Amino acid sequence: MVAVAIADQEQVLHEPQSFISRYIWSQDHKVIAIQYAITAIAVGLVALVLSWLIRLQIGFPNAFDFIDPASYYQFVTMHGMIMVIYLLTALLLGGFGNYLIPLMIGARDMVFPYMNMLSYWVYLLAVLVLMASFFVPGGPTGAGWTLYPPQAILQGTPGATWGIILMLLSLVIFIVAFTMGGLNYVTTVLQARTRGMTLMRMPLSVWGLFVATILGLLAFPALLVSGVMMLLDQVIGTSFFMPAIVDMGEQSTYSGGSPILFQHLFWFFGHPEVYIVALPAFGIVSDILSTHARKNIFGYRMMIWAIVIIGGMSFIVWAHHMYVSGMNPYFGFFFATTTLIIAVPTAIKVYNWVLTLWQGNIRLTVPMLFAIGFIFTFVNGGLTGLFLGNVTVDLPLSDTYFVVAHFHMVMGVSPILVIFAAIYHWYPKITGRMLDDTMGKIHFWTTFLGTYAIYFPMHYLGFLGVPRRYFAFGVTGFIPESAQMLNATITIAALFVGVFQFLFLFNLVWSLFKGKQAGSNPWEATTLEWQTPQTPPAHGNWGPELPEVHRWAYDYSVPGAPRDFIPQTVPFSETPFQIDTEHES
Amino acid sequence: MTLSIVLVLMIAGSILFHFLSPWYFTPIASNWGAIDATIELTFWITGFVFTAVNLFLAYAVFKYRYQANRRAAYEPENKKLELWLTGLTTIGVVAMLAPGLFVWSDFVNVPKEAHSFEVLGQQWHWGFRFPGKDGQLGTVDSRLINLDNPFGMNPDDPAGQDDVLINSNVVHLPVDKPVRALLRSKDVIHNFAVPQFRVKMDLVPGIVTFLWFTPTKTGTYDILCEELCGIGHHVMRGKVVVDEAADFQTWLDSYPTYAEVQARPPPDPVAGAAAFVLCATCHGAQGEGNIDQHGPKLSGQEPWYLKRQLEYFKQGVRGTHAEDAYGKLMAPMAATLINEQAIDNVIAYIQTLPDDPAPSTVHGNVDKGEKTYRLCAYCHGPKGHGRWALNAPRQAGMSDWYLVTQLKNFKHEIRGSHSGDLYGGQMSAMAKTLSSDAIINNLVAYINTLPPPDRAGQIVSVMPGAQKRRAVADE
Amino acid sequence: MSILSTLMTMPWIASAEPPAENPLASTSPKKVALVVFLGVVSSVFFLFIAAYLIRMNYGDWRPLRDSQILWLNTLVLVASSFAFQRARNAAGKEQRQSTTRYLLLAGFLTLVFLSGQLWVWQQINSDGNRILTDPASAFFYLLTGVHGLHLLGGLYVWLRTVIRILSGYSAMTVRLSVELCSVYWHYLLLVWLLLFGLLLAT
Repeated sequence: MVAVAIADQEQVLHEPQSFISRYIWSQDHKVIAIQYAITAIAVGLVALVLSWLIRLQIGFPNAFDFIDPASYYQFVTMHGMIMVIYLLTALLLGGFGNYLIPLMIGARDMVFPYMNMLSYWVYLLAVLVLMASFFVPGGPTGAGWTLYPPQAILQGTPGATWGIILMLLSLVIFIVAFTMGGLNYVTTVLQARTRGMTLMRMPLSVWGLFVATILGLLAFPALLVSGVMMLLDQVIGTSFFMPAIVDMGEQSTYSGGSPILFQHLFWFFGHPEVYIVALPAFGIVSDILSTHARKNIFGYRMMIWAIVIIGGMSFIVWAHHMYVSGMNPYFGFFFATTTLIIAVPTAIKVYNWVLTLWQGNIRLTVPMLFAIGFIFTFVNGGLTGLFLGNVTVDLPLSDTYFVVAHFHMVMGVSPILVIFAAIYHWYPKITGRMLDDTMGKIHFWTTFLGTYAIYFPMHYLGFLGVPRRYFAFGVTGFIPESAQMLNATITIAALFVGVFQFLFLFNLVWSLFKGKQAGSNPWEATTLEWQTPQTPPAHGNWGPELPEVHRWAYDYSVPGAPRDFIPQTVPFSETPFQIDTEHES
Repeated sequence: MTLSIVLVLMIAGSILFHFLSPWYFTPIASNWGAIDATIELTFWITGFVFTAVNLFLAYAVFKYRYQANRRAAYEPENKKLELWLTGLTTIGVVAMLAPGLFVWSDFVNVPKEAHSFEVLGQQWHWGFRFPGKDGQLGTVDSRLINLDNPFGMNPDDPAGQDDVLINSNVVHLPVDKPVRALLRSKDVIHNFAVPQFRVKMDLVPGIVTFLWFTPTKTGTYDILCEELCGIGHHVMRGKVVVDEAADFQTWLDSYPTYAEVQARPPPDPVAGAAAFVLCATCHGAQGEGNIDQHGPKLSGQEPWYLKRQLEYFKQGVRGTHAEDAYGKLMAPMAATLINEQAIDNVIAYIQTLPDDPAPSTVHGNVDKGEKTYRLCAYCHGPKGHGRWALNAPRQAGMSDWYLVTQLKNFKHEIRGSHSGDLYGGQMSAMAKTLSSDAIINNLVAYINTLPPPDRAGQIVSVMPGAQKRRAVADE
Repeated sequence: MSILSTLMTMPWIASAEPPAENPLASTSPKKVALVVFLGVVSSVFFLFIAAYLIRMNYGDWRPLRDSQILWLNTLVLVASSFAFQRARNAAGKEQRQSTTRYLLLAGFLTLVFLSGQLWVWQQINSDGNRILTDPASAFFYLLTGVHGLHLLGGLYVWLRTVIRILSGYSAMTVRLSVELCSVYWHYLLLVWLLLFGLLLAT
């Protein structure tokens, strides 16, 4: 990667000549962002369809011939892995990170455009390798998205040969892509900020993306290390993670390895991964709330401290995923404590979002609807995290549907609502046209209410003790008939929500041609990306002169100002009326 | 406006759902009431925050909705307010965490008086081991595990001689006595969970993990595997029966110790030949099967499987369902084998019979059947030769019409649904994925194409192990 | 300005001062990227070493026989790092001849080191009862392999630099590349010393 970076053309933007160099082998961060986004959404649709198949089996057991236990576990695995890594991580960092970082800090492009381009193509390769696993003998791996050995590479699990090898290869390739992208984002934020754009004047979106990228750069190596070691266990027969095993009655050649070692490595990556997804979402939603409430973000510094503290602490909470894993139980005391401490800065973020709305002048635009929907969903999902993070409470709830409901609420639906908010918010800048409002509102209401109807009741199946990762529940002494009815209802809600996502896709395409012309700053926002000379921004973003930044990103409704927003580029001399006291009340 | 109303309705709906939901914790049956209390406390605190924050949100959205002539306030931060909120949140967090840590410390420290027993997990069933009179479990080694030693017992360890081996999904425990479960796995990670006991822990191959609890209510509870362990994960079930102390002891005494199993005399095929005369009337003189008498082929079938079936028929686990017409014919026949030795003998004789593939009588689309068979192969082996470790009998070269009948029986729970049927429930769950008769025919037609195992020179032993010494009702 | 005081600033307070240039704007982004990348590599090696230390404690661990060749290899890598430092100093003084000479020497020594490592692999492989799947030797292959791969990646950049300087570019134009290479080599030397120490100690 350093090799590529060093080979990269420094500070020279070469103008794309043909269609191919403009839109295919493009080195423009905006085009790369769109490539990332389209690929991520496409692969996300695969995962969406997989989720339908999963739900069909749970809601209507054995009604469909093409779902048997093997394929069910394959669907579950691929759904999880695609959603977490190939959709959320890629879309938030590869997509929004690429689009927003240079524009929001006033740079012409990423500092290493060539490496940025490579990052996308390597990501695409990772996606293709992953998709190829659907077509190899044995199909994709069915080991669950956590890929725990020994079962991931033993014959009792579907896809234990080709499937798992391709999965691990694809992850390794993805990590290479992510590292190329990540080096770019971090270096760009550190190095390419325009004159006047101090770190503390950056919009929270950039802060969220920046810290999340650092987390990714430090955490993905854990996945790389565990992935490489598991590949060796699978292919050459080393025993890094494999103890002496009797596999289906036959002695294996493995001996002495530790499955729990894998789990420690995996979750050392896996927990920061939650924040790799969450922090950009936190940042983006802060900006959207502030813009559409016409009010500065409340407690900007506190928000940044919270992002930094959450990011740092996310490396010392990983074993809360392992309370019942058989690790030394004394670890439980430490990890329960750190986990619950991390709830404090997270709660502060929530308070600050709500307080940003307080005394605002709230425009209920479609992005704002999604942002408010996010707060509601995230409060719910965050609070259930306090159940699972507290080691004692986790005992009965671990491995039940409570966990499924919790993480879908907090790291599935919440970031996706932010992604929708962000797409409605920035689509006018990306394309020059507004997304259709009516379709947007239908999309919001069905998604927001639908997902709540899916996941809220699911917690109660967890309380009941219904285990997750079950193909069918069969006869038990404790699951009443009514639970099946609830599962059928959830399935119908899931299909319903899924279908309305296609309305959103239609809107994306339809508005590209028929949408209302947006103008350069339709939301009357202060941040730099809305101050570009052209919309959509041209190659190089800023015309001959780079913008200069004179103020923070949140000068909304400044008392005495003629309008209710002052862009970051407006010098102090033009707005001498700005208050300059520290607020204390 | 709409949004605020909807938000308030969602808050109210969530609270109503919580109080009205029929889906909530199962009545507790262990000493871990403190866990429930911690959850209750967590609920009150988080419920309060959920309601307060979201109501505030709904109110703010309503009160500060857009008005063209109004301007928002300008307030970058408010230190006092933020400090208050941080402080209150911290108090709430401590209030949830502190009791949790105290309860966890109870969980980590096993009381001295707790009796140990072992839970052994494997794909996809359970086994259990109790220490004998010496109160000590013998040492084990996974390298020693085989058909004759499924627990991997160390034969030289004196402490293990009186261990009681329970090769069954059903375990009994005495009520009101603290027990420590030592958890061990042969292959992959499993998880021992009983919802009514509230506690659970993974079984990790290579190490022994533990958990402890005191069952407080007699009754029968489900044991669930709650860590994904392969395609049979969802059928890896067991039962724990909590008994009065005396009943528990009776149950435990009904199982042989390791030493007793070892000392069992070898089976006598000559004696078995005499008993087989009766079998031959329906199953054929060579055990080759007879479709007209509804007697399936026996020769070449795995001995441990034959043994379990004969015991099931004797105990009334099989051959008692009203719709199982042919099974009912078998039950009185099995009853003529008076004890375990007699069963072992007749099986030893069947072992000596020639194993010629049964004739094909079922026809279907072999290619389609092959796809369906992929699922079966996980347990019955890629060639349908059966796998003792999975309790999966041989199918290749056996009576195909019998496979069809039994697949349908399993699917409709005519077989496999009896509470004493340890592994039939798994087959039932799998058979339910076969949605039509045509699929079953295709599948069996494919099985007909599988070559029978080559057993030349191979010695197959009767599974000694830990079958029940005598029939004891499990519930 | 320290990170802490940066985080304490209150950016909403208006400032009439002209906007300040980003203090890092004059630094080469490649340098910044290299530092960040070394952070990533550190994470990789840290986790491998952590896994090694944990795995060591399990029953079947048999330590490797210390190979004398490793001492030799270590010396070669130290020399290579030293040569890079000389090349860097020479490039700074725009001494083209001496830059080229030291650069070639550094690359050559690195190749010697890598061959030496392969030799050790060979040695362990031929060590009778050692099989590939033995945990200690598997870790040895893994750790030295990953370290070697990082050196190979560095050699790619080294090769580009050498080609440029040989095809007539001045020492000035390759100064940055040489500097970055030398930082990278020093870093990998440090990692190697750590790994070597670890292997010796266990």
